[in-house]
Amino acid sequence: MRDEFAQAMIALFGERSDLVFVTGDVGYMALEGIAQTYGERFINAGIAEQNMVSLAAGLAREGHLPWVYSIAPFVAFRPYEQIRTDVCLHRLPVKLVGNGGGYGYGIMGATHHALEDVGAMRVLPNMRLYVPLTATDVGQVVNMMAQDPLPNYLRLNTSAGIPAEVPPFAPWRRIKRGRTTVVVGLGPVVGNLFEMGDEELLDDLEIWSVGTFPLDELPADLIASIEEKRRVVTIEEHYLPCGLAEALSYRLLRQRAYPQSFTSLHAKGYPSGRYGSQRWHQEESGLAGQALRSELERVVRG
Amino acid sequence: MIGFRRFAGEDEQPLTDSRTAERLQLQERVFSVKKRFLAMYKMANAGHIGSSLSCAEILVFLKHAWMRDEDTFILSKGHAVAAFYALLAEANALDPRELDTFYKDGTRLPALPPVNAIKEIPFATGSLGHGLSLCAGMAVGAILNRSERRFFCLTSDGELDEGSTWEAALFIAHRKLTNVVWLIDRNRIQGIGGTEEVLALEPLDAKLDAFGFHVVAVDGHDFASLLALRDACSRALTSQGRPLAVISNTIKGHGIRHMQDTVASHYLPMDDAQYTQALDELAIAHAAALAGARDAG
Repeated sequence: MRDEFAQAMIALFGERSDLVFVTGDVGYMALEGIAQTYGERFINAGIAEQNMVSLAAGLAREGHLPWVYSIAPFVAFRPYEQIRTDVCLHRLPVKLVGNGGGYGYGIMGATHHALEDVGAMRVLPNMRLYVPLTATDVGQVVNMMAQDPLPNYLRLNTSAGIPAEVPPFAPWRRIKRGRTTVVVGLGPVVGNLFEMGDEELLDDLEIWSVGTFPLDELPADLIASIEEKRRVVTIEEHYLPCGLAEALSYRLLRQRAYPQSFTSLHAKGYPSGRYGSQRWHQEESGLAGQALRSELERVVRG
Repeated sequence: MIGFRRFAGEDEQPLTDSRTAERLQLQERVFSVKKRFLAMYKMANAGHIGSSLSCAEILVFLKHAWMRDEDTFILSKGHAVAAFYALLAEANALDPRELDTFYKDGTRLPALPPVNAIKEIPFATGSLGHGLSLCAGMAVGAILNRSERRFFCLTSDGELDEGSTWEAALFIAHRKLTNVVWLIDRNRIQGIGGTEEVLALEPLDAKLDAFGFHVVAVDGHDFASLLALRDACSRALTSQGRPLAVISNTIKGHGIRHMQDTVASHYLPMDDAQYTQALDELAIAHAAALAGARDAG
């Protein structure tokens, strides 16, 4: 998604005069085009993320629209208090962009993963999160964020290849219909549902994708599906606390949509203490491949 | 000792009648501001008095002698905001009657600066180590807007413990943001001890200099020293290409004997006798300062 993001930022520069792009000294072989296009409006703030975020708040206070880019943990966690105090409390339109949300940085290891970013960001006041699913989503999301007067966090990840027509980016999207089980997913990990190699199991799943937090009201179609199928599974490349499963369960209660079973598939961290690719970590957490298939078979086939 | 760092070609302006008048005016203002915030603290039975007394002259000087209307001020040491509220009321930027609500339920004037409530307070500070970065951001923003506005930031010395302060310092110096003026309230007392005992800052001027700042030290309670700073630095801003860092040597709880240079003055409120005594001492000090200014003129 990083390349699509860079292209979208370059395209946006042609439409607006208030953009400033700030990086925390990352983006080799990725941000060069932005740097060239943005000129004096491209700022490498150095490896100094606390300053980077407060700096962006100051830029926003002066009427600019700053985009602050780094590897997800370094934009979401390192400057957390600056995000909370200078950006969110003041309701300033600072656009935080975390690349590699989840296990996106794979073999780089735990320090470069972000399995808590959605939770950390979604509890902040005034903050709206955007989580694209496909490469095509990214440009749409960038344009939506540019129009959004709130502070935002964009979680970039390796985009999913969905072998079906995906509707345009939206807070709620039905990706496919299915027979017996509603799966609500966050971000590209949803794509793994299409790669289990079990068409019959896939036919059982009605798949929905969440794109933004706070969660919008559940759409009527989704409630109808839940009431009909009575089984809900969530899937997210994120720890359980404060992630999609918890957010959705509140929404379900609030809107009186009561499934008979509710299963959360989520990141487990590093249970074996070993490291690997993004895919390897997903499989270890039951979020991909045979492990995911087994988890879903348990739910669907009992 | 209070040092005043000079550079080639700089001479202190000779004292003139107008300079004397300016000093007298500032002295009157700070006396009034101090009376206002002491009354606020007394009414609220609140602490942070020493912090406000430490920077009262600096605040008055910035507002009335150095900053232009379009310039922006960030009180990074937000715990001294009572002095800033009083300053705003004194300048009619805040309804003086609102000062009576300080600390009270439903007030716009909490113990540390409010969020998005008062135009002259662009950021709610108080969490230390934010102000300088915020100024840096606004300063870059102004440059991009082709504006010549300036951004003044008053930090405490204790908040120089924060790594973020030095991140901001690196950035400001690297980008030669001469539209930022960084003032450090160097009262040498922080949370529960002296700055040199807790986490030593000295040699502070050498550190700031090495970071790329044009460093000036002043007596932060003496308007003559502050006015000389203004004149020297207005030239430095255009000629040196290094952003300014002003070490404002001050005394926590300045001017009130029972508070002066004590950690306790960060925390403790005044009882009735202390308040009466404080007002007396303030009046005596004010009279002496006026006489000093007249003599100098």
